Amino acid sequence: MTSARLSTLAHLRGDIERIESQSEARLLPRVALGHAEADAALQGGLALGALHEVFAHEGRHVAAATGFVAGLARRVGPRRPLLWVRQDFAELESGALSLRGFGELGLDPRLVVTVRAADLDSALRSAADALACDALGCVVLEIWGEAKPLDLVASRKLTLAARGSGVTALVLRVAATPTASTAETRWIVRAAHSPPLPRWQVSTQPWGAPLLDTELVRNRHGPNGRWIMEWKCDACVFHDAANPQPVAAAIADRPPAPPVVAHRRAS
Amino acid sequence: MPTDRLRRQLSRTAAPVDSAPGDVPWVVVARLANALQIVALDDAAAKAGLEVGLPLANARAICPDLMVFDADPAADALALEAIAAWCDRFTPLVALDAPDGLLLDITGCAHLFGGEALMLQTVSRALTAQGFAVGAAIAGTAVAARTLSRYRHGRIVGVGGEADAVSALPVAALGADPAIGHGLRRAGLKSIGEVAARARPEITARFGAAFTSLLEQALGQRDAPISPRQPLPDYIVEKRFAEPVATDTVIAATLSALAATLVDAMARHGKGARQLRASFFRSDGAVRAVELQTGQPVTKAVVIDRLFRERLDAIADPLDPGFGFDLIRLSASQTEIVVQQQRDLDANVHDNDELSALIDRIAARIGGRRVVVHLPRDTHIPEYAAWAASAQHHLAEAAQAAWPARIAGEPPLRPLRLFAHPEPITVIAEVPDGPPARFRWRRVSHAVVRVEGPERVAMEWWRSDAALLTRDYFRVEDEAGLRFWLYRDGLYERELAEDEEGEPARPNWFMHGLFA
Repeated sequence: MTSARLSTLAHLRGDIERIESQSEARLLPRVALGHAEADAALQGGLALGALHEVFAHEGRHVAAATGFVAGLARRVGPRRPLLWVRQDFAELESGALSLRGFGELGLDPRLVVTVRAADLDSALRSAADALACDALGCVVLEIWGEAKPLDLVASRKLTLAARGSGVTALVLRVAATPTASTAETRWIVRAAHSPPLPRWQVSTQPWGAPLLDTELVRNRHGPNGRWIMEWKCDACVFHDAANPQPVAAAIADRPPAPPVVAHRRAS
Repeated sequence: MPTDRLRRQLSRTAAPVDSAPGDVPWVVVARLANALQIVALDDAAAKAGLEVGLPLANARAICPDLMVFDADPAADALALEAIAAWCDRFTPLVALDAPDGLLLDITGCAHLFGGEALMLQTVSRALTAQGFAVGAAIAGTAVAARTLSRYRHGRIVGVGGEADAVSALPVAALGADPAIGHGLRRAGLKSIGEVAARARPEITARFGAAFTSLLEQALGQRDAPISPRQPLPDYIVEKRFAEPVATDTVIAATLSALAATLVDAMARHGKGARQLRASFFRSDGAVRAVELQTGQPVTKAVVIDRLFRERLDAIADPLDPGFGFDLIRLSASQTEIVVQQQRDLDANVHDNDELSALIDRIAARIGGRRVVVHLPRDTHIPEYAAWAASAQHHLAEAAQAAWPARIAGEPPLRPLRLFAHPEPITVIAEVPDGPPARFRWRRVSHAVVRVEGPERVAMEWWRSDAALLTRDYFRVEDEAGLRFWLYRDGLYERELAEDEEGEPARPNWFMHGLFA
């Protein structure tokens, strides 16, 4: 092996170490989500200038996952433009992003620029380009189905670009299983029930605010966990679901006990 | 020209042309007036005594050994278009003179090619080498040049000399309607000079004002501008190569150098390019053009260079140099005056610049229509409420757009994901005009736990003549907590027609969106 190649290798190793080192990651600026427990698990909030993955639990939970990504994007950069990169056929499969609905969640539709990529490769390239542009608040890369080209190398590229510019990368994956990546956090999102109504009482309470069952399955610098969050459309924060779900209805959706990992770290 | 085209085509596809050109007469025939007639022929056929307009049967009688082809006007037009593209190297003003002519406005160009005589020679030699029979002439007006080119190949006539030059030619050279030519012959007027000698009002009365105008143009007494194939670019820079170049590095370096020259030229007038075009002239005559647009006027050579590199990387059929390019040209077809702004202190402006540069880069690679911003539209119909507009052109407009404000305290009333085409679903409802109780979408059955609605959306009858059905929208949550937006198309018993048995028709239901 020539010395040039060796030095390249050493350089790359250094890079990897730098990405994966805890000390550096702790220095990343963070933005609180508003959900106290989740923020505690995330060491103060979602890391900016890093890569985060959000998986829809199944294809049918795509809207919930989209809502979660939209919420994260709003928390990350309320005033800066958002670039949403997606593939053409994701629109057929799970509907186009509706900007009216985006506005209803308390986000500003004027800040959204959409890139309709024809295929995965051009989507990845556009996202990497965009991550290098520090005028953006965050870049959302929406990918439908399994994605071979989005491997460890590609995700490392995205991470490095995000680190360099401070732009946050959010990858929304639908109908896919998690694979190796350099993501800072990985979430699996399902829709949660609206608070139950007593049958004998006609409720005048409005229902239908985004209620998300979010599971943090990977967290580089903290414990995992699973929480039911409500997105407050007016305050634009995530919130612990206000109405405690009754035991009978909640079992299917809420874990019986807080995850073990969380306990160990907390003590 | 059609026979030349066929000969080129056959030699390219390496089909066995069993005889050298000139041996066997070639003719092209088409069905005219219910008989196969010759519409084009080559020199050998002309020598054999055949002529255009002769029925094929007669032609075979004169000359039994004949190669016959069907006319293909579309292919001829394409061939002419390709020659015109090749001629772009001499002047930006090239006009088509269908079916078989090209007009080149060489005002101010001739000295670049060593004067008019040498230029005419270059053009005709190159075209002859490519296998076309050429008749060319230069004159003060387009019509005079065209008239001369039919009978006096290689003639150059200065301004004022047109009348003398064309007067001896037969009237057919004018290229007027055959009926007019026939009429002139009957009147005993054989040459253009004889026609020109008559009083103009007489000719106008007999053959129309259009013919008089044609005649005057041929005589150089009046001029009409040609209509070029392409709009004239604002700035053109080009590089010619004595030896064709084929390597990517040379091509890239040439483009960079051209970009620098172009930017210099534009900077002198304080302009920036909005639309750029790089044309690659291959030595075998093929021309390939690559175009790109930008959102902001470009004033930097590096930006142009980078955009073209992105574009050339991404095009589906890569640039094929073949035997090499002998001319590369860069032109700015649309320019704008650049407003010099004080930008250093304003972070916002800097961000906007960065963003539009990013949009230009992505658009150069994947196409301008694929990068969009969203603008609200004043309509209640959900699928038309937002309009995706090209980000390059509408970025500033989108930043100022007035979207409907959300109602504080309400949950989202519009879904986050919307289907462009609402998908039909089967619904079980307690009463036909009531909310749904169960529905089936994409082969999965959902039980409705909660429902809110209807929100009635009336269609815009003032925009369309067809009777459009009113929609009743419902927000629905199923047992898994998924939230949907469905609608019933048409008001039961009021808008929907009755079926054969006199019962009101069942309304159709559609899935239109998904809530977070």
